[in-house]
Amino acid sequence: MAHYTVRKIVDRSMRILAYFALIAALIPLFSILGEVILKGASSINIDFLTQPSPTVGEAGGGVANAIQGTLITVGLASLIGVPLGLVSGIFLSEYSEAKISSPIRFFNDVLSGFPSIVVGIFSYALIVRAIGFSVTAAAFALAIIMTPIVTRTTEEAMKLVPATVREAAIALGVPLWRTIVSVVLSGAKKGIATGILLALARIAGESAPVLVTMGYWRWWFAGLNQPAANLTLNIYIFAISPFENWQALAWGSALVLVMFILGINIIVRAATREKYK
Amino acid sequence: MTHMSYKFEIENLNAWFGSKHVLNNISIKIREKAVTAVIGPSGCGKTTLIRCLNRMHEIVPNARVSGKVLFNGIDIYNEDADPVQIRRKMGMVFQKPNPFPMMSIYDNVAAGLKLNGIRDKKRLDEVVERSLKMAILWDEVKDDMDKSGASLSGGQQQRLCIARALAVEPEVMLMDEPCSALDPIATAKIETLIRMLAEDYTVVIVTHNMQQAARVSDFTAFLYLGELIEYGSTKDLFENPKNELTEKYITGQFG
Repeated sequence: MAHYTVRKIVDRSMRILAYFALIAALIPLFSILGEVILKGASSINIDFLTQPSPTVGEAGGGVANAIQGTLITVGLASLIGVPLGLVSGIFLSEYSEAKISSPIRFFNDVLSGFPSIVVGIFSYALIVRAIGFSVTAAAFALAIIMTPIVTRTTEEAMKLVPATVREAAIALGVPLWRTIVSVVLSGAKKGIATGILLALARIAGESAPVLVTMGYWRWWFAGLNQPAANLTLNIYIFAISPFENWQALAWGSALVLVMFILGINIIVRAATREKYK
Repeated sequence: MTHMSYKFEIENLNAWFGSKHVLNNISIKIREKAVTAVIGPSGCGKTTLIRCLNRMHEIVPNARVSGKVLFNGIDIYNEDADPVQIRRKMGMVFQKPNPFPMMSIYDNVAAGLKLNGIRDKKRLDEVVERSLKMAILWDEVKDDMDKSGASLSGGQQQRLCIARALAVEPEVMLMDEPCSALDPIATAKIETLIRMLAEDYTVVIVTHNMQQAARVSDFTAFLYLGELIEYGSTKDLFENPKNELTEKYITGQFG
């Protein structure tokens, strides 16, 4: 009986400990979120969302050029990273017994753990030195960061489709490629979409690789071989400036970025919840 | 009795998983439009045997086959044989019901046609209705064709899988312990269905349930440790087993 009492006390205190740990982990999240919303919300208005960045001493202005630049850069990176990751993930899942699969999986994991600044320097050496600071160089770096994430989540999502379902399709006389495309991929599409969206959120928030590949640009998008404005760089450059209106723009940019990433996470949650209906 | 025709003539069939020899020199002839049961204790190779009939064995990594399987007199393991074409002529039903989870009931039945590029709506409608009726499932699902296949009960799911296999108009139905995950009532329904199918199809059923083999089959093959121990009419095999092992197995002395 005494034993049971001890167990109950330990059980209760461990539970309380877990709650405290949870709260401690959530404090930074909510204080950052609160700070960004509090300071950022006041700078958000029509001008902020439609005007390009102001020059020194110019009042008003916005970050529309940075939103444009970020969307274009992330879009271009996805055009490279999503198909590459998707096909690699399909290969790893469907040909996992191939000799080459195990090393590919290993190096993919290594790549996904690479410091993003190293990826940025790589893109600098390869592309910036050839064509200069540009959207292309930044998108290339972001694509390298994105690919292993998409590869991994695609592989995992496809492996969740039961082998018995594949066998059912093959036994119906459906060719292997058709089985993969129409049955396995279609069964895994929500998991894959989740992976792609999370990878998008990840690269939209990257700053180091963009810093060394994009260069600074205050105007609208001017071509893929030119630099473009970018939300993360805006935060960096505006925040360390001495001008109050620029600092406000930095908070606003931070809010836009956080909302973008929060939005993606909410979409992911909504999309994955449906799966278990 | 008139001329008997064989759907399958299996000659010296051997099968391996890696270095594990799971079927040892099996030779057996399977009659057309009859039910042939394959019985034997777990791990004796009965599932492997029917998976060799539609070339499903080889999709497992490191699996190997040697020997001949003549289907309508043509060896399905000859160099030019296309496994995809062969599988289209044979329906397969698995141990656990495996409807496509992301597809509706309608799409599950139509899957074999749709995935092979047939889009003609009228033809699909006809095939789906005919197949579901043959699988004695039509009356239960005709108003819920858009529901997920996974929403059905286990027994219904297995009949859905049978309908899916029938929809591609196979010549053979291969059934791998189709009732092992089902309750007695669902089992009885599937057994009735198997007898009906035997009018038009060649049915090969793997079962570890000897009573089931006795109820539904015309011929029975008894496998033990990858060897064919005895093969004959179901009546003979169960009433007058020639081999001592067969007798011990069917009387429940091992298994």
